Amino acid sequence: MTSRLSQGGLIDRTVTIPFRFDGRTFSGHPGDTLASALLANDVRLFGRSFKYHRPRGVLSAGSEEPNALVELREGARREPNTPATVVELYPGLVAASQNRYPSLRFDLLAANNILAPLFGAGFYYKTFMWPASFWEKLYEPLIRRAAGLGRPATGPDPDNYERATVFCDVLVIGGGAAGLTAAREAGRAGARVVLCDEGPRIGGWLLSEPGPVDDRPAPEWAEEAVAEIQTMDEVRVMPRTTVLATFDHGSYVAVERVADHKPVPDSGEPRQRLWHIVARRSVLATGATERPLVFGGNDRPGVMLSSAVRTYLNRYAVAPGRRAVIVTAGEDGWDLLGDCLRLGVEVAAIVERRAALAQDRLDLARRAGALVFAGGHVGGTAGAMQLRAVDIVDVGGKRHRLAADLLAMAGGWTPAIGLACHLGARAEWSEDASAFLAGDAPPGMSVAGGAAGSTGLAHALQSGARRGAEAASACGFAATAHPVTAATQPAAPLWLMPANRRKAFVDFQNDVAASDVALAHREGYRSVEHLKRYTTLGMATDQGRTANINGLALMASLTGRDIAATGTTRLRPPHTPVAIGALAGMHRGRDYRPTRLPPAHGWAREQGAVFVEAGPWLRAQYFPRPGETDWLQSVTREVNGVRNGVGVCDVSTLGKIELVGSDAVTFLDRIYANTIATLPIGRARYALMLREDGFVLDDGTVARLAADRFVITTTTGEAHAVLSHLEYCHQVLWPELDIHFVSVTDRWAQFAVAGPRSRAVLRAVLDPGIDLADAAFSFMAAAECRAFGGVRARLFRISFSGELAYELAVPAADGDRAVRALVQAGMGEGITPYGTEAMSVMRVEKGYTAGGEINGQTTARDLGLEKMLAKHKDYIGRVLQRRPALREASRPILVGLRPTDRSARLHGGAHFLPLNAPATRAYDEGWVSSVAYSPTLGRWIGLGFLANGAERHGTRVRAYDPLRGGDTEVEITPPCQFDPEGVRLRG
Amino acid sequence: MRIPCPHCGERGNEEFLYRGVAGLARPAANAPDTQWHDYVYLRDNPFGSHRELWQHVHGCRRWLVVTRDTHTHTIADVADVATPAP
Ligand SMILES: [Zn+2]
Repeated sequence: MTSRLSQGGLIDRTVTIPFRFDGRTFSGHPGDTLASALLANDVRLFGRSFKYHRPRGVLSAGSEEPNALVELREGARREPNTPATVVELYPGLVAASQNRYPSLRFDLLAANNILAPLFGAGFYYKTFMWPASFWEKLYEPLIRRAAGLGRPATGPDPDNYERATVFCDVLVIGGGAAGLTAAREAGRAGARVVLCDEGPRIGGWLLSEPGPVDDRPAPEWAEEAVAEIQTMDEVRVMPRTTVLATFDHGSYVAVERVADHKPVPDSGEPRQRLWHIVARRSVLATGATERPLVFGGNDRPGVMLSSAVRTYLNRYAVAPGRRAVIVTAGEDGWDLLGDCLRLGVEVAAIVERRAALAQDRLDLARRAGALVFAGGHVGGTAGAMQLRAVDIVDVGGKRHRLAADLLAMAGGWTPAIGLACHLGARAEWSEDASAFLAGDAPPGMSVAGGAAGSTGLAHALQSGARRGAEAASACGFAATAHPVTAATQPAAPLWLMPANRRKAFVDFQNDVAASDVALAHREGYRSVEHLKRYTTLGMATDQGRTANINGLALMASLTGRDIAATGTTRLRPPHTPVAIGALAGMHRGRDYRPTRLPPAHGWAREQGAVFVEAGPWLRAQYFPRPGETDWLQSVTREVNGVRNGVGVCDVSTLGKIELVGSDAVTFLDRIYANTIATLPIGRARYALMLREDGFVLDDGTVARLAADRFVITTTTGEAHAVLSHLEYCHQVLWPELDIHFVSVTDRWAQFAVAGPRSRAVLRAVLDPGIDLADAAFSFMAAAECRAFGGVRARLFRISFSGELAYELAVPAADGDRAVRALVQAGMGEGITPYGTEAMSVMRVEKGYTAGGEINGQTTARDLGLEKMLAKHKDYIGRVLQRRPALREASRPILVGLRPTDRSARLHGGAHFLPLNAPATRAYDEGWVSSVAYSPTLGRWIGLGFLANGAERHGTRVRAYDPLRGGDTEVEITPPCQFDPEGVRLRG
Repeated sequence: MRIPCPHCGERGNEEFLYRGVAGLARPAANAPDTQWHDYVYLRDNPFGSHRELWQHVHGCRRWLVVTRDTHTHTIADVADVATPAP
C-alpha cells in the first residue's frame, strides 16, 4: 500500500532511496524527509510519548515537531530526539522509534497511561518526596526506565566540526516568502547579504502551497527568486543553516548542517559548521508555526496540523490519510479543503469555529462532498494505534461520530519571534494578529512576514521586500521594494474549545495536558514562568513551539485575565537543539586549546621524553631510559644525575618580560614586595609579586642588565596574567612613569644547567670573555655574553635545585642547537637531561614553593617569606597583607614533613590532624601541598601548611587522606630538608 | 558584544579582558585601612551606564575605558585610558 500521489510534489520519482525504520526496509525519493517517506509508506505510528507512552504520529512538517522524534543513525553517530520531519532522506538511512518497550506497537509501559493521575503536574515534586532513601533506589530508576525519550550515542562522536565567521551588511534569517523578497531587494541594491534557511531547499512555505505568486505557481516563483539572488556576487545563500541565537551588537550564531543529509561526511568534510555572523542589519523572516487545537485525544496518530497536511500533499505528494476531517479557526482549513478537492483526497467534514459562513465556503464544501459543522467543535477522537473516528459536537450540542484516519487542525499561527527576544525583549500580545509579536526587536533587526504576524502570502512577500530594502538603505545602499502579487488572508483568532473529559494535550512532547494546567491553577500557580516549571510545559527539546500559546490561553481563561495580562515566558537561546560537537568545533581532546612547544621540543622528543601539559605548553616531564619500567625510576636517576654530576633542563616556558626606562626601578619597586632599588647591575634577585588584596600573585627572578634595563621571569602558568597586571599598573595606575616593557617569552630559549659539575659544561660552551670562577661570577650573578661561537646569550647563576647551577638563555632560533651543544659538551661529565618531575623533587627537597603553594590563597607570611617584605616603600598588596586575620599564628604556615615510618608514602591533599584526634573538620590543622620521593634522603617528603607550623618543627601529626585511604604519621620539619645552609649552590 | 577599539577598530569581545569599574583612585600609602578595603573590595552594581576597564589583550594590549549600559549592553564610548573622554 502507498499513500504517495501519482503526480505533483517536489520529489524526484526517477530515483528510489532505500532506508530502514525499526528494522523494516522502506523506500522514498530525493526531496523526501524521513517523515514524508514513512507517511508515503503508510506508517502512521512513529513513537511513544514521554510520560504516558501513548502512541504518537506526525504532527507537523517542520522543526517544531514534538511527536515524531526518532533515534537517527546507530552506534557512536546515534542522535536521539531527532524530528523525522526535518531529516532528509539518504540511501541507507537507519532510524528507530523511541521510548517503547519492548516494541512500538506493544508497549508494556503504556500502563503509565492508566497510572496517569500519578504523573500529573508537579509529579516530580509530589509523588516521590518520601522517604528520601526510596528516591535513589526505587523512584529514580523507575522514572528513568519509564519516562524519557531517545538514547544517546554509544561512543565518542566520530565526526569533525568547524567554526567560521562571516561579516555582512544584511542578514536575512529565513528563506520563505518574506526572507526571499528581503534578500532579493537588499541584494539588488548591492548590499552584502547572507540568507540562512533551515531547510535544504530555499522557499519555506512557498514550497507547500500552489500559489499563485505573480501569476505563477508558488514553488516556481521561489525557484526563480533563488536563481536571481544566487547570481549576485555579494549574496551568500546558506541552506540547511539554522540561526540559533542573537547576541549583542549584530552578532548571531548559526549552525550549518553540512553533511547531515549524507550517510557519513565526505573525507575531510565537517558534519556541521558553527557560524558566527556579524551583521549591520538583519531581517527576521522566520515565519510562523501553526497552533494545534486542544481537545480530547488530540495526540492520536493521524491528528495533524493543517499546514503539515498541505505540505505533505503539495510538497511531498503524500496523502497522510484516506478520509479527512478538517477543524479550522480561520481560512487555513478552507485552503486545505481546496487542496484535497484538487488532489482527490476525501474529506468527511469540516468543523468551523464561526457559526455563519459565506456562500462560497458552503459551495466549496459541497463540491468536496464534505459535511459542514459551522459553530461546532471536536468532542474527542477514537482509535488504538491510529485515528479511526472523530467525534464532532455540532452547534446545537449534538455529537456525531465520523470515521476518519486524518484530522487536520487549523488553529491560527504563532509568529516565530524567538530570535527577536533573545536579548531580553518581552513578547507583546497583538489583538490584530491574535498572536505574540516582538515588541522592540534588538537594534538593527526588523521583523517581516509571518514572524511579524502577517498571514497570507501577499503580505509576507511585500513586507519582506520592504524590510529588505530598508535594511540595505540603512547600510547606505539605494534600495526600493518592488511589488509582488499574491493572495491575502486575515489572521485566525485563538480558539479554545470547550473542555472535555479525555486527555487533551497542550504540550505533546512533555505530555502536558489541559488538565495539568488546570491542576497547577488550582494549586495556586499564576505566573506563567511558574506554570512552565511546575507542569514542564514548553520545557522539552522543541521549547514548546506548538505548546506555549495554548498553555497561556488556558491559564488566561482560568484566571479570568486576558492573554496580554497573562504574558508569556522568556525566550532563550538556542532556538533549536544543537549538537555539543558543533559548539566545541575543533576544540576537543588534545585540540581543546592550542599547544605551545618550546624551541627545543624536537630534541626532547628525540630523547624519548614523556611530556606533560604546563599551562599552554608541553614540557618534558622525564626522560625514560631503556630498561626503566616506572616513572619514579627515571626521575630518581635524573635527580641523582644532577646532585652527583650535572643535568640540563629546558626552562624556556618561564615567562620573561624585558623592561627598560629611567623609571624602571621605581616601577619594579612598586610591583614587587621586596626591594629592587638596591639590586646592582649584573645581579639577579628572587622576587615576590602580590595582588592588591595582599595574597601572592607570582614569584620569579629580577635581573638587572644595565642601570635602566631589567629582565624578569614569571612562572609558566601565570605569564599572561602577570604581563596584563604590569600593563594595568603602568597604563592605568602610573602612566607618568618612563618605562617600556614587552614579553620576550617566545624570543629566548632558556636552559638550566645544574649540578656540581655544571661549571665545566658552561665553560665549554661559552665564548671567551666571561670568568665563571665563583669570585667573578658568584651566586645570583647575571651577565650578557656570547656562547656556541658568537650566539648572543644571557647567563644567570640561579638555582631551583639547590645545586651550583646556571640558566643560559639564547635567542629562540638557537635553542635547539644550544641544548644539543650543551649535551655534547657535558658528555664527558655524564650530563643528564632532566624534566619537570626531577625539578619538582629537588625543589621540594629544598623547600622552594611552586604552584601547590602559591595557589592564590597564600600570603608571603604563609610561605615563610615575610622577611622578604620591604618595610620602607609602597608596593602593590602592602596594606592588605597586614590584615590581622592573615597574620594570626593559627593560620597555617609552610612546613616540611616526612613520614615517621621511612618506607611510608605521602599524598598531596592530605589534611593534618593532631595525633589521636578524630578525623573531623574541627581538628583540621592544615594540608599537604606537595610531595616527592627524595632519592637524596631515601624517603618520601613533602611540603604543607600547618597551623602554628613555625613552632612545631620536630613534632608529629597525622596526614589524613580519606580520598585515597591514607593515614600516615608524619614529622614536621623546616621547609628545607636538604643542605639548609646552601653550601652546594654557592659551591 | 563588539567593542570599537580606538586603535584597532570594532572587534569581538573574546579579544578583550574585563577588569571592572574604571576611575578608581589608588589610596595613598598611608591612607586608613578602611579606604584600602573600599578600594579593593567595594563596587557599585549599577543598572545602566557603567564606565569600565577592558584590555585589548589580543590586539593593541591597551587598557580602554568603555562606557557600557549594563542593561542593554549599548556601548556609548570607548577611549584609551590615557585619553579618556572629558
Ligand atoms: Zn586595540
